[in-house]
Amino acid sequence: MLTAAAGVLTSPLAPDDFRAMVNPLWSRQRLSGRVEAVVPETSDASTVVIRPGHGWREHLAGQHVGIGVDIAGVWHWRTFSLSSPPGRPDGLVTITVKAGPGGFVSRHVVRRLRPGGVVRLSQPSGRFVLPEILPARLLFVTAGSGVTPVMSMLRGFALAGDMPDVFHAHVAPTGPEVIFGDELRRLAARFPSLRLHEHHTRPGPGRRARRPTMADLSAACADVADRMAWVCGPRGLLDGAEAYWRAAGLADRLRTERFQPVRRPSAAPGGRVRFVRSDREVVADGGTSLLAVGEEADVVMPSGCRMGVCRTCLARLADGRVRDLRTGEEHGDPGDLIQTCVSTAVGDVDLDL
Amino acid sequence: MSGSTHLSARDIEEFGRELDRLRAEVIASRGEDDARYIRRVIAVQRGLEAGGRAVMFASVVPPAWLAGTAMLSVAKILENMEIGHNVLHGQWDWMRDPDIHSTTWEWDFASPADQWKHSHNYAHHTYTNVLGKDRDLGYGMLRVSPEQPWHPIYLAQPLYNLGLAAVFEWGIAIYDAEIDKAWQGEKSWGETAGQLGRALRKAARQGLKDYVAFPLLGGPAFLPVLLGNLTANVTRNVWAHTIITCGHFPEGTRTFTEEEMAEESRGDWYLRQLLGSANISGPAILHLLSGNLSHQIEHHLFPDLPSNRYAQIAPRVRDLCERFGLPYTTGSLPRQTASVWRRITRLALPTVSAARV
Ligand SMILES: Cc1cc2nc3c(=O)[nH]c(=O)nc-3n(C[C@H](O)[C@H](O)[C@H](O)COP(=O)(O)OP(=O)(O)OC[C@H]3O[C@@H](n4cnc5c(N)ncnc54)[C@H](O)[C@@H]3O)c2cc1C
Ligand code: FES
Repeated sequence: MLTAAAGVLTSPLAPDDFRAMVNPLWSRQRLSGRVEAVVPETSDASTVVIRPGHGWREHLAGQHVGIGVDIAGVWHWRTFSLSSPPGRPDGLVTITVKAGPGGFVSRHVVRRLRPGGVVRLSQPSGRFVLPEILPARLLFVTAGSGVTPVMSMLRGFALAGDMPDVFHAHVAPTGPEVIFGDELRRLAARFPSLRLHEHHTRPGPGRRARRPTMADLSAACADVADRMAWVCGPRGLLDGAEAYWRAAGLADRLRTERFQPVRRPSAAPGGRVRFVRSDREVVADGGTSLLAVGEEADVVMPSGCRMGVCRTCLARLADGRVRDLRTGEEHGDPGDLIQTCVSTAVGDVDLDL
Repeated sequence: MSGSTHLSARDIEEFGRELDRLRAEVIASRGEDDARYIRRVIAVQRGLEAGGRAVMFASVVPPAWLAGTAMLSVAKILENMEIGHNVLHGQWDWMRDPDIHSTTWEWDFASPADQWKHSHNYAHHTYTNVLGKDRDLGYGMLRVSPEQPWHPIYLAQPLYNLGLAAVFEWGIAIYDAEIDKAWQGEKSWGETAGQLGRALRKAARQGLKDYVAFPLLGGPAFLPVLLGNLTANVTRNVWAHTIITCGHFPEGTRTFTEEEMAEESRGDWYLRQLLGSANISGPAILHLLSGNLSHQIEHHLFPDLPSNRYAQIAPRVRDLCERFGLPYTTGSLPRQTASVWRRITRLALPTVSAARV
């Protein structure tokens, strides 16, 4: 009622447009956060401490969030796992970002983002979380920046002062390059029920150890099969884990989180893509997601995980057919809702965007 | 098309390529400074609007009324010209900010954004100054080219052009519904009525805000607030009308026939935009308040480049015109306004139609 009345006074804008002018964190329409600090973790990873604005819903440990970053005047969105535990007394949340080689957004975040900057946020989401009733024994397998969602869980346990029986295997090139290395070792020292097993793939100068396999894991942790497992890391690790648990007939005990989409390369030609409501038309190849095609054409494209998980990017297909980047499968009838982040054009496509 | 100038088809191609290069250069260099510019203009505009309305509430003191009305007038001018018009052109779409985007923007103007985008971005910018195609040529009520057949009604056009200035936003809202097209059977009456209905609802909301809600909030200042809002709207309308008629109607701008436009190359298109548009010279504040339509030539060559860049590329466009021996029509605001009125007055009378203006 009050908002409707205020809306009369601000028409054609919304009262929110004026609130956001005073403080972007007050906007309910455009959830934002203020960067409070950027803390280096390793040589190429940093933690960004964020104060989320009004309307932020607290996350569950393990969930991820979409972050919009203004780089040279253009908003770019990427997904990051929250590394902070839910219920931090100061209300702050953190993400921990590893600058990939040539990574456009991650390098900006690690090297250029400064306290005081404003980022945009989506609400946290994701199913890489703990069940309501904790299993008796847990297994975490992480590699590189894949430790972030698990860190949120461990910090949550530590905050509650109650660490369940956890075996945590982590893979990193060297000791100093373990993100949260010191904190993990401190936690393991403090809680006997947490066993930390670090595997370094470059244990000394010039020395290179092989990547650990599932066999190494079962050697280190005798009761792998009895534990509920959470695995997060690069593609190879996840593929190996999925095959292992499936072969053991225990696929339901495994939770995974992928940072990179599974992609099946396709040489199929694309087509003309028309964004009907935005009145834009561009030519797309068969390898670029419709999400990227739209962003390139300056169409407002909803997006979240950008890898086919969250369905934030759903758009109505008005005409044409698309190919799923993950499976290579061709599909689509007029009216279908498609995930633009994992769909490419097969011939001409009209999207209701 | 090359027939309209001394240039050969090859010259025109080269002219077009040079402009394409200029465009690419600006696009490649768009960045942080441009984004900061539009955000600042929006912040200033909203500040002026909120401030102006607040000050007006103190209207028992006459200087407060004047100050509030002036602030609100400037706010409304900025909102329509430098922000609304340019955002709706998609000049800021590259920022991928849904809050400053042509597909989501709505403005303080009687005509709903999507109807205006169709009649302006598509019809006017594609068919600029083509007789019988560009409905902006005289807005279906003014005779601005001797090729338009004379009718006794035009005798009154200096008078009703003056009237149009005061109610410009309403005129445009009705105009955008394209009643003339329904009349000629080019589109259905149902669609037209629907458009008019939406325009009316939009306009009603704007009217409710300026002439009911804020005056009521003003309490004892009811009447001054109402008059202040009315003054701000009329000021904005007259200003917009002045700037916009200076864009295509002053002496020196040309009109084209559909035959001339047939099989136009990219270079030809650029050439028509140049010959059909006129700039207004003046200080930076004039450019800002005109929404950079004072750089009408640059705007018509590159309708979707950020408006803050027009001033920067104008000298280069002008050099290019000099190099190709092409006219670059420009003049001060008083001069261009007088020129428009001269034309409108002259063409109120019947003329021998063959002569070009
Ligand atoms: C659910 C989920 C959670 C995630 N959580 C995290 C997290 O907690 N922390 C984290 O750091 N990331 C996380 N990511 C990954 C993150 O979203 C980005 O994908 C990642 O940061 C890369 O984005 P970018 O813009 O930097 O790379 P882009 O520019 O988009 O490039 C994509 C990839 O290509 C590589 N690349 C690009 N150019 C080159 C080149 N010239 N040579 C070699 N490689 C190149 C980049 O390194 C990058 O890996 C998560 C992703 C998902 C889906
Ligand atoms: S962006 Fe998450 S499914 Fe497409």
